[in-house]
Amino acid sequence: MTKLQNAIVGGVRAVIGHVPESWLPGGTPDPLIDKRVTLGEQQSRVDGPDKVRGAARFAAEVAMENLLYAAFVHSTIARGRIADIDVSAAAAASGVALVMTYRNAPKMSVPPPIGMTNLKAAGNHTLPIMQDPEIRWNGQVVAVVLAETREQADHAATLVRVRYDAAPARTRFEEGKASAYTPESILVERNRIEKGGPSRKFAEAAFKIDAVYTTPWENHNPIEPHAATIVWRDGKLIVHDATQMIHGTAGSLAKIFGPNAGDVEVSSPYVGGGFGAKGLWDHQILGAAAAKLADRPVRVALSRASMHRLIGGRMQTEQRVALAANADGKLNGLLHHGFGVRPLHSICDEGFTLTGRSLYASESFDIVQHYVDLDLLANSFMRGPGETPGTFAIECAMDELAHAIGMDPLELRRRNVATRDPLSGAPHSQSAMMEAYDLGATRIGWDRRLAEPGVRREGEWLIGMGCASGTFPFMRMPGTSVRITIDASGHAHVSSAAHEMGMGTATVQRQHAADRLGLPLDRVTVTIGDSSLPFASFAGGSSQTASLAAAISSASAKLVAELMRIAGNDTPLAGLKPSEVEFSDGGVCSVGDHARQESFASILRRANRSDLSVVGESGAPLEIMKYSMHSTSANFCELRVSEVTGEIRVDRLVGAFDCGRILNAKTASSQFKGGMIMGLGMALTEETLLDERTGRILSTSLADYHVPVHLDVPDIEVLWTDIPDPRTPLGARGIGEIGTTGVAAAIANAVFNATGKRVRDLPLTLDKLV
Amino acid sequence: MAIRVNGTEVARPEDARVSLLDLLREHLHLTGTKKGCDQGACGACTVLLNGNRVLSCLTLAAQADGSDVLTIECITGDAGDLHMLQQAFVEHDGLQCGYCTPGQICSAIAMAEELRRGDPSYVTLDIAAGTQVVTRAEIRERMSGNLCRCGAHNGIVEAIEAMLAETAA
Repeated sequence: MTKLQNAIVGGVRAVIGHVPESWLPGGTPDPLIDKRVTLGEQQSRVDGPDKVRGAARFAAEVAMENLLYAAFVHSTIARGRIADIDVSAAAAASGVALVMTYRNAPKMSVPPPIGMTNLKAAGNHTLPIMQDPEIRWNGQVVAVVLAETREQADHAATLVRVRYDAAPARTRFEEGKASAYTPESILVERNRIEKGGPSRKFAEAAFKIDAVYTTPWENHNPIEPHAATIVWRDGKLIVHDATQMIHGTAGSLAKIFGPNAGDVEVSSPYVGGGFGAKGLWDHQILGAAAAKLADRPVRVALSRASMHRLIGGRMQTEQRVALAANADGKLNGLLHHGFGVRPLHSICDEGFTLTGRSLYASESFDIVQHYVDLDLLANSFMRGPGETPGTFAIECAMDELAHAIGMDPLELRRRNVATRDPLSGAPHSQSAMMEAYDLGATRIGWDRRLAEPGVRREGEWLIGMGCASGTFPFMRMPGTSVRITIDASGHAHVSSAAHEMGMGTATVQRQHAADRLGLPLDRVTVTIGDSSLPFASFAGGSSQTASLAAAISSASAKLVAELMRIAGNDTPLAGLKPSEVEFSDGGVCSVGDHARQESFASILRRANRSDLSVVGESGAPLEIMKYSMHSTSANFCELRVSEVTGEIRVDRLVGAFDCGRILNAKTASSQFKGGMIMGLGMALTEETLLDERTGRILSTSLADYHVPVHLDVPDIEVLWTDIPDPRTPLGARGIGEIGTTGVAAAIANAVFNATGKRVRDLPLTLDKLV
Repeated sequence: MAIRVNGTEVARPEDARVSLLDLLREHLHLTGTKKGCDQGACGACTVLLNGNRVLSCLTLAAQADGSDVLTIECITGDAGDLHMLQQAFVEHDGLQCGYCTPGQICSAIAMAEELRRGDPSYVTLDIAAGTQVVTRAEIRERMSGNLCRCGAHNGIVEAIEAMLAETAA
């Protein structure tokens, strides 16, 4: 966030830029890019049978003796103090074991904030939790009730009486803009960019557009509500959580409760949807505190209303984009300014102005974003943070520019697509966005699109087509580790405290380990989801697959060395160095002579070993300092808009992706589609409604916050270039988030093509079209 | 009277406020039925009550007195073998995180029976002709009460189509 950080990152990039590529991770392309056996295939999920049986165990389903249920009382003002809190009726209610308020809560430190410098931290805000009578947002927990049953807890919570001394609260976006703050950096990027003389370029341009786009506060709304089953046992805190940050949660809770917490164990084998929401929020901390006070196990399972009051969402944004181009469509200038709501106690950046820095080779740039500090719940990362709202603004603006020039919007992208990083000049590790565009255009039949808006019609329906680019950076997290254990029968067991929330983590890494170790799939198992396993970073930033892949790759190199060491001199491999052998057919063989081979089981038997374990780790991601590493996509949409009601029906969505190699065609396809459906919801219906007078969220149920339902979702077509990225493990880049980016713009652009109406304010509800 | 859950008689809970969903999950530890919203908006808690799909969060346990309740645990055969729809969900990847999945499956099984009976829906083009031809729109409309946030919608519809095709054959 500081000038110092900008200087350090800039310095490292300058140095790494001069380091020969062979010294860096990915300097030599991963041999598995070309030697795939099961990778790339359609593989059904290994946990599919348990999930369809309802046998996969989620956090609120861990049975425990003597369990108490928690219910929360939320503040009804945005700022002020608790003047009086009367818990007597609640405490006396049937079945109640404890009422916890700031008066009796144990001492807890502020959660250590999530970030790149401490991978064992997961805090989403920096506020004290139930340590004082201060109210800092509308919905903050003011009391926790524990009772023998859920019904008793819920009822008793209604009996807590709170009197507040309200203070003036800042809850209005427009008023907050006047005192907005401007951070020095966004994530690890410099915030303010001015390059190439933008004001002169804009003055001289043949074509210009300049417009303001807005995106609302949005919430993840996973179908599994946030939940934790918590017990203090033998001085140890044990949390069965729903989290995409297992070690971050364990490390944070250890810090919050101090040295008396002992070791904290966090288990989270299955997460019922995360999308960025399933991190550390107040509910796990308050649940652990209440369990400590009551000296009994506690189950916290948030209601939908409590989720909306306690779990932050994607920040509201207002973005101005101006584009300047010469007569043949070449971009002379790209201006991207904007405001987003990020209270000072928030941790998470929403780098919406990062989008326009990598996609197009503009001659000049003018970029900066500001944050509005309001008395609201901290915002959070939500699928494709930054690029999801950012692509809405940039890609609608590109469509507006194409229309102003009278050029096909696809052609405008072709003339401007970046061939290296437009700002730093760094080379791409691999990039083929226009190949993705060509794939998608052919699939949807882009040549059927009429340039003139509002002329295709069937009865009351106006029909249109639109396209938009998507983009998301590559990330690989340092520190993520795996243990590979080879057992006496020659089976491999891979374990890591990684996360499964629908991505198919174990499924894909099983394919990877099988191919890497030269084993058939049925001789590999993968275990994830528990803090007792080797450290793994969070599941976020579309980084988990690449991080685990790097760790497995590193562990398998160690495994070769260990196997050669214990193989001794009575092996057909005797005399060979680890660099002269490779995995093959359930064992190790000479690279030059595959007949010189010995199986894992044979090596272990002769060495009198029952098993052999090694741990490998994903190292520092220096490759991202040398190369410009971004996935890209081309989104296409065909839709109808009713001239009578303004209703939009999306008939076709096509997503073509350039994300390196695809590792499992079945689960990857689902990831892409899932992201695109979240983009569909963003475009059409999703909006967290805030009462700006009181700072209270109004849309606190799934009846008020509208996610796409089956009838909203058409058959979605997904394509990919499948070109390997030579700088990444397995040649793959992350795919979890890019699906969401660019979809809302493609839909809004199709609405313009259908109707001639340019709606720049999401969601595209009916009232904006009639 | 008693509630028959997957063929076993269960006493009605003493607390009249207990929902059928909480009876299943918290009292009987049948956690295959999921709680997504507890207010009838997501469908994750769908179970079969006397063969019809109901939202168990909006059904008081007491209302199920004297009725047969079937949950996802009973859809799977005794030997643990998957129902053809469960198999189709795995095959067509009609799931990601797996949390809405049991509700989708229970809902679809009851929906197949509604189609067989010829119950029309909002998108049925010719009500007189009934539901002889099951379009994707028909499946989507009838499954719209079951939310999925991971975005497995296409796979879910394909899995249901596969089941309908197999049972029609």
